[in-house]
Amino acid sequence: MKKYDAIVIGAGHNGLCNAAYLAKAGLDVLVLERNPYIGGATVSRELHEGWLYSNCSYVCSLLRPEITRDLELPRHGLQVIPFEGGVTFTRDGDYFGNFGDSERQYREMARHSVRDANAYKRFSADVMRQTRLIRKYLMTTPPDPTSMKPRDINGLLELAASFTDMGEQGLLDTLRFWTMSIGDFLDEYFETDVIKAHLSGSGIIGTALGVYSPGTAYVLLHHYMGDVDGSIGAWGFARGGMGAVADALASSFKSFGGEIRCDAEVHRIIVRDGRAAGVALADGTELLADTVVSNLDPKRTFLECFDESDLPASVVHRAKNFKIRGSSGKLNIALDGLPTFSALPPGSPLMQSDMHCIDSLERLERAYDDWKAGRWSADPYIDMLIPTQVDPTMAAPGKHMMTVFVQYCPPTLADGPWTPEKRDAFGQVVIDQIAEHSPDFKDLILDVEIRTPNEIDNEVGLTEGNIFQGELTFDQLLFNRPFPGFAQYRGPVAGMYMCGSATHPGGGVMAAPGANAAREILKDLKRPSVVPEGFLDD
Amino acid sequence: MTESRVDVVVIGAGHNALACAAYLAKTGRRVQVLEARSRPGGAAATRAFADGFRVSSGAHLLTQLNPGVARELALDNHGLVPAAADLSTIALAPDDQPVVISGASVRGVSAADQAAYRRFHDQNKRFAKVLDGFFNRPLPSLVQRNWRDNLSLLQLGWSLKRLGKDDMQDLLRVGLINIYDVANEHFDSALLKAAVSMDGVLGAHMGPRSPNTVYGYLYRHMGDYYGMQGPTVVRGGMGAVGQAFAHAAEAAGAVLRCDAPVAEVLLENCRAVGVRLASGEVIRAGVVVSGADPKTTFNKLVGYRHLDAGFARRIENFRARGVSAKLHLALDGLPVFTGLREDQAGQRLLIAPSMDAIELAFNHAKYGEFSPQPVMEISIPTLHDDSLAPEGKHVLSAIVQFAPYQLRQGWAAGKEAFLEQVMAQLERYAPGIGEQVLAAELLTPEDLEAEFGMHGGHWHHGEIALDQALMMRPVPGAQQYATPVPGLYLCSAGSHPGGGVMGVAGRNAARVVMREEKSA
Repeated sequence: MKKYDAIVIGAGHNGLCNAAYLAKAGLDVLVLERNPYIGGATVSRELHEGWLYSNCSYVCSLLRPEITRDLELPRHGLQVIPFEGGVTFTRDGDYFGNFGDSERQYREMARHSVRDANAYKRFSADVMRQTRLIRKYLMTTPPDPTSMKPRDINGLLELAASFTDMGEQGLLDTLRFWTMSIGDFLDEYFETDVIKAHLSGSGIIGTALGVYSPGTAYVLLHHYMGDVDGSIGAWGFARGGMGAVADALASSFKSFGGEIRCDAEVHRIIVRDGRAAGVALADGTELLADTVVSNLDPKRTFLECFDESDLPASVVHRAKNFKIRGSSGKLNIALDGLPTFSALPPGSPLMQSDMHCIDSLERLERAYDDWKAGRWSADPYIDMLIPTQVDPTMAAPGKHMMTVFVQYCPPTLADGPWTPEKRDAFGQVVIDQIAEHSPDFKDLILDVEIRTPNEIDNEVGLTEGNIFQGELTFDQLLFNRPFPGFAQYRGPVAGMYMCGSATHPGGGVMAAPGANAAREILKDLKRPSVVPEGFLDD
Repeated sequence: MTESRVDVVVIGAGHNALACAAYLAKTGRRVQVLEARSRPGGAAATRAFADGFRVSSGAHLLTQLNPGVARELALDNHGLVPAAADLSTIALAPDDQPVVISGASVRGVSAADQAAYRRFHDQNKRFAKVLDGFFNRPLPSLVQRNWRDNLSLLQLGWSLKRLGKDDMQDLLRVGLINIYDVANEHFDSALLKAAVSMDGVLGAHMGPRSPNTVYGYLYRHMGDYYGMQGPTVVRGGMGAVGQAFAHAAEAAGAVLRCDAPVAEVLLENCRAVGVRLASGEVIRAGVVVSGADPKTTFNKLVGYRHLDAGFARRIENFRARGVSAKLHLALDGLPVFTGLREDQAGQRLLIAPSMDAIELAFNHAKYGEFSPQPVMEISIPTLHDDSLAPEGKHVLSAIVQFAPYQLRQGWAAGKEAFLEQVMAQLERYAPGIGEQVLAAELLTPEDLEAEFGMHGGHWHHGEIALDQALMMRPVPGAQQYATPVPGLYLCSAGSHPGGGVMGVAGRNAARVVMREEKSA
């Protein structure tokens, strides 16, 4: 019976990236995917005839440029189109616009508050300082503070050094930034509700925390630390939808001789004499390999794919207590034409980026209170984009595809399980909120796909529908991600590894976890590393 | 106008300021303590609130007084006498048996919860030991380090390592997260979880789900490491604690003057050289130590115009939004709480049905509303100390949350309505208590600010959240008691480690003053 060098469970972008590097290093690698299509949450799907939906992740920025270059993703078909703009509509019919040009941006802010316009430079500089600090560590394995291994001690010393380089105040400011809430952080710079609301979105997207929950300032960082072609903090659309990222990674993987099998759900990871020996599929087939890598989240990996008897009790305990917390849903909408927004002139360039309808931190915080109580937000935060304005490949000319990220939406409702009726009611709340600001929106709707954490969990396999495979809170970051003692991609069983967003540096279409995991695997196999390390372009 | 000169002027006679004064006076320095009010002690105070009834008008229980400070200042010889120690904490249930926590043991919960609580308690005790190391010293500079800083860093690092791998991993994990998740990981009983999470949110603008509340819990439980099995009720109320600190300072040679409000800190060539009293009198000193909270110190006493804009901004941004109100009831007799034996009424009583109930109560505070169903920590000191009320009468003292300092409707309009909610909540747990009330007093954060001069009426002079704790407290630039103004120091709850009657901030500040003035 054929034995592979490595089997990767799950064809998400991290699984594919991990597999590509293992294959590039000369291993015989098989990727197993439960769904009939690859990509996990990085997909483009034609769910309405003639329309491609990026129906999970929808914009691209965090994907590490080292990986893009190294795996030659552009040659394999990836093209990321940067976009500019962005707007938050206010209840009184006004708006706050986000402009790429700094002079124009200043004027727009000053229109609301000169004080805020002046504070913005300070704000950007302070955030950028934090961004540069964290970017260094995305493509590295976090050191274990409890370990005495030279490698970990050196790692910690380097970490300490890069902190002390910032000077006493810089260092203390950094510690403050990492531990405070995005709301408090913004209150220190700005006075205008709509400006704070616009800037705070990145602090909560994907997490089950409110704008005034400490730790959310870091989440903001998580959305600022990416770049498009070296322009830090910029975001772009993958031409053809996010599926293009997965397709490019898959194509690169295959070019190194890798094999992908879809409709192949892994039932169990086989453990023999204390080490991973392969996997058993749902249909009973057994596939053997010396190395098994899981792209799944820790709950699915350790609580579903293992016999509990094969694991240390502490790991099972950690996996059970791992905080995943689905907090968001999504609407994907096919539109018969480009909607108009009452606050904006038709075809305003501001529409080419993220649009929002919540104009104050209080409304955001109240939206979170609903989630805590086990309800979807009556007045949700939405992150709405129309990629077809810049990408002609996702819908016919004149037609448009709108992606609407929605927060907050709980995985389990206080009043019983999700039903199709409840799902539609949730969707209606979102559509009504958008219609408040766009009179012709409802008439343009041809098709709506409504996704609650429930759908994301069942279709994509993200437990509780959490887009980051686990909360980005400090108990689950760096050397604590996914759990203390297992943050270096090695599982509790020899030959078993983790490479998903639940490992450092976390979620978003970054592919860094997959690459870092590959580096550790090759190290254990005593193979020369083919994975870029550290930081290359700052 | 009269002008006098001393070595050190201490602004305010709160317990930390008095501790600082005592330690400095011991070194032979001439120390002048100036208190705006007519009695020392600050928020450690006892006063009459109704004819014949007295109460601890600020803090009402002693939970974390540092034994080192108490010993070095011989507070017991100066009148600090416990009326009752090692109180149990009892989480009340309106229609069920209460949960009783005494030290490491719990009654009224499953055997599994009992065992879990013991483990939880023991581990937190080990954590408290590490925190004690952090609290009992000015924290080291991390960048411009001298030999002393390096030594401290090594000692602190070692104290962490010595926890062992598992504890260290847990501390690094829970240190930053919320008590809600941690309690859920350990316990089943809703009442027990609520009781535990109350200790994470008392005095804080936080709900159980707010990250950082585990730190708040550990902070409040420093006493466990000091060998206390629970809070202490002091004879004569907390005012006796304030008095004890005052006597200790005077015994050490410090001169205490009450009714002497300081109007401003005098600066010459950007250096603090003394203070001017409201009366116009000037007292010059080589060192000025402020026991006032950071905002009062830098905004009112120094004046932002004398400070670097960046630093002034930091002080402005220091969060000090009080959310705790204080309820004082003069009672005709002992109230009867459902499910509570009479001999238990003197313990520390909690009204907090569940973590979600606390979170729900907190939600309102975020939007400038008071909690319709407030949570509270109750003490009936008269069961241990008959000096506070007439024969057979009782005093009920409660910390009530949540009552935001900036109430949208304004406290002038909201106070009565809130008192009604508070009494309604009490009725649910002690039916008929309303009829026993002879006199009631509710101190909102506004009132507390007026009575104790704490900005925002905040118990801790400022939120004890991690971004305002340890070496970030109160703000970068003033984090080690020394401030950007040469000769001016901070010594109270606004500084590391923070609020609560500990006395540590005052002692640390004194150490820094000695150190710096020697080197200067």
